[in-house]
Amino acid sequence: MTPQLSVMAADTGGINGVALAVLIALFLLVTVAGFMASRFKRAESLESLDEWGLGGRSFGTWITWFLLGGDLYTAYTFVAVPAAMFATGAVAGFFAVPYTIILYPIIFIFMARLWSVSHRHGYVTTADFVRGRYDDRVLSLAVAVTGFVATMPYIALQLVGIQAVLEVAGLGGGDNIVAKDAPLFIAFALLAAYTYSSGLRAPAVIAFVKDILIYVVIIVAIIYLPGKVGGWEAIFGAAQDKMDANNVAAAEAGLPQSSSFVPGSGAFWAYATLALGSAMALFMYPHSITASLSSNSRNTVRRNAALLPAYSFVLGLLALLGWVAIAAGTTPIGLDGEPNAQLVIPQLFEDMFPAWFTGVAFAAIAIGALVPAAIMSIAAANTFSRNIYKEWLKKDATPAQEAKVSKLMSLLVKAFALVFVLTLDKQNAINFQLLGGIWMMQTFPVIVFSLFTRWFHRYALLVGWAAGMVYGTIEAYQVVNPVTGKHFGGSLALIPGIERMGYIAITAFVINVVLAVVLTAILNAMKVSNGKDETIPFDYFADADDPRVQKDLAEHSTHDKEYGDPDDIPGNAPAR
Amino acid sequence: MRKMALAGVLLVIPIVVLLWVPHYAKVEPKLFGFPFFFWYQFLWVFICSALTWTAYKLTLSARGKTTHKVGEDR
Repeated sequence: MTPQLSVMAADTGGINGVALAVLIALFLLVTVAGFMASRFKRAESLESLDEWGLGGRSFGTWITWFLLGGDLYTAYTFVAVPAAMFATGAVAGFFAVPYTIILYPIIFIFMARLWSVSHRHGYVTTADFVRGRYDDRVLSLAVAVTGFVATMPYIALQLVGIQAVLEVAGLGGGDNIVAKDAPLFIAFALLAAYTYSSGLRAPAVIAFVKDILIYVVIIVAIIYLPGKVGGWEAIFGAAQDKMDANNVAAAEAGLPQSSSFVPGSGAFWAYATLALGSAMALFMYPHSITASLSSNSRNTVRRNAALLPAYSFVLGLLALLGWVAIAAGTTPIGLDGEPNAQLVIPQLFEDMFPAWFTGVAFAAIAIGALVPAAIMSIAAANTFSRNIYKEWLKKDATPAQEAKVSKLMSLLVKAFALVFVLTLDKQNAINFQLLGGIWMMQTFPVIVFSLFTRWFHRYALLVGWAAGMVYGTIEAYQVVNPVTGKHFGGSLALIPGIERMGYIAITAFVINVVLAVVLTAILNAMKVSNGKDETIPFDYFADADDPRVQKDLAEHSTHDKEYGDPDDIPGNAPAR
Repeated sequence: MRKMALAGVLLVIPIVVLLWVPHYAKVEPKLFGFPFFFWYQFLWVFICSALTWTAYKLTLSARGKTTHKVGEDR
């Protein structure tokens, strides 16, 4: 979930002792929980990707609800969505609400099929599925690399979320580089350690704490704060005044008027395409897939599609807190003395709440960063060990070796994220994350279309993907931030033919699909081989309690042959 | 099959409604001080959830009528 926002820097004056103590206590609690999590739904051994990386595919409706909620609604979301509302208003911030509403009908449609085929064939990643569907290593690699690269800055952004809280709490000041970053470093080292030992079970357990804290904090905030700043009329009034003033100032400076109270007619396309594109891209990310595949039945995901909107409601309330901050006159100033919109929510909490509850709120955000960071690093690591290590480097890797590589890789990606955030300008992480969303969207045809049909040709899908990636990257590069003059300044550009601003991912996606359709028609007419499909129609409906599936899975663990086709349909895998 | 088609329609409704921004990008009528734009989208969180749940129930009851039965040993 990524709002379109530019960040500035980060201060707040003094260490808040009580808040910090509460924050540290809650942090220690989840650390212990993280290490204990290896006993949760205990398996005989964690030495396989199914166990370490997918929690044994054993999570029921409620665990999945907490896990997916904790995974998708990240700390960065909680910091950046209200920050976007605070800085530029509804188009940049509130689109997160329609985005996370239409998300669920979309995943309802395809996720049960992906779950079933993955369950029957032991797929851990979407690239595994693509490999099985087309027997094409290159197409599979394209999906794997896109997911891996796009996830990296997303992990880095979780650190930005923790940093925002630590800064407002008064930590991270001073010129000593070691002392400055030590808290963040310790937090991430602990996270890395228990993710390494407990795998996906760690974030599953911590997600309970995180989600309950988030619900409590936001419900308290939304009941308590508006009364203190004069009620909702005053809040919306203050927001409208600020957005109007922003636009007047922008017009005088010769800059685009990009602030909005309620989207004007020029922003309809932007609002709709941001919502649609983000919703379609989110479940292409490895971490979303990992959390979905860890559920114990195909219907668990569908039930959750109806239950997860509870988080979207909370996200909408949280977005409005950005405007509560406007009415409250919150001034987010970083430790370096520069204004930083990203700090607005932690600052609002510190200004308005008693110190102990500020600590709870800070903990909610900081712990909120740990759950997605853990799942993202596990998902990226699984993608690496399955689709790069086993596929290209060591073909005869055993499940235990796969798990080992995955565990080490999960440490490496977190270390990379830490270095990324500590050495580079934070804005880089944000820019790359915006770009990552555009990239992920380009794997949608390969993954989702292929779940329903084999009409599309593997080479056509590959060319479509490549064209979407190139177009999306170039267009995003050409977006220049009017204030700083830097490239990758946002993810909106004119939609050719419509001449309105729209989300670049959607335009790139249309190019991607048109190319895939045209080339498929040509390649199919030329009768170019479309690879061998190891899946059969039945695979896409199989459920966990199915004896046929159980039998196949048991047989499959002792040999590496394909799954037999009970119907012996021509063109499918042969019956055994 | 008719139930699956109906479930499909239920799922498409919220997508179409929320992407059709012009019909809700306005301030009036307000509700409890909230401009229409905001309370209307909050309302759709619940509507969408109900539609998705209904679609889920429909797919469950339709499943018995597909050729791929749960537990069928073929």
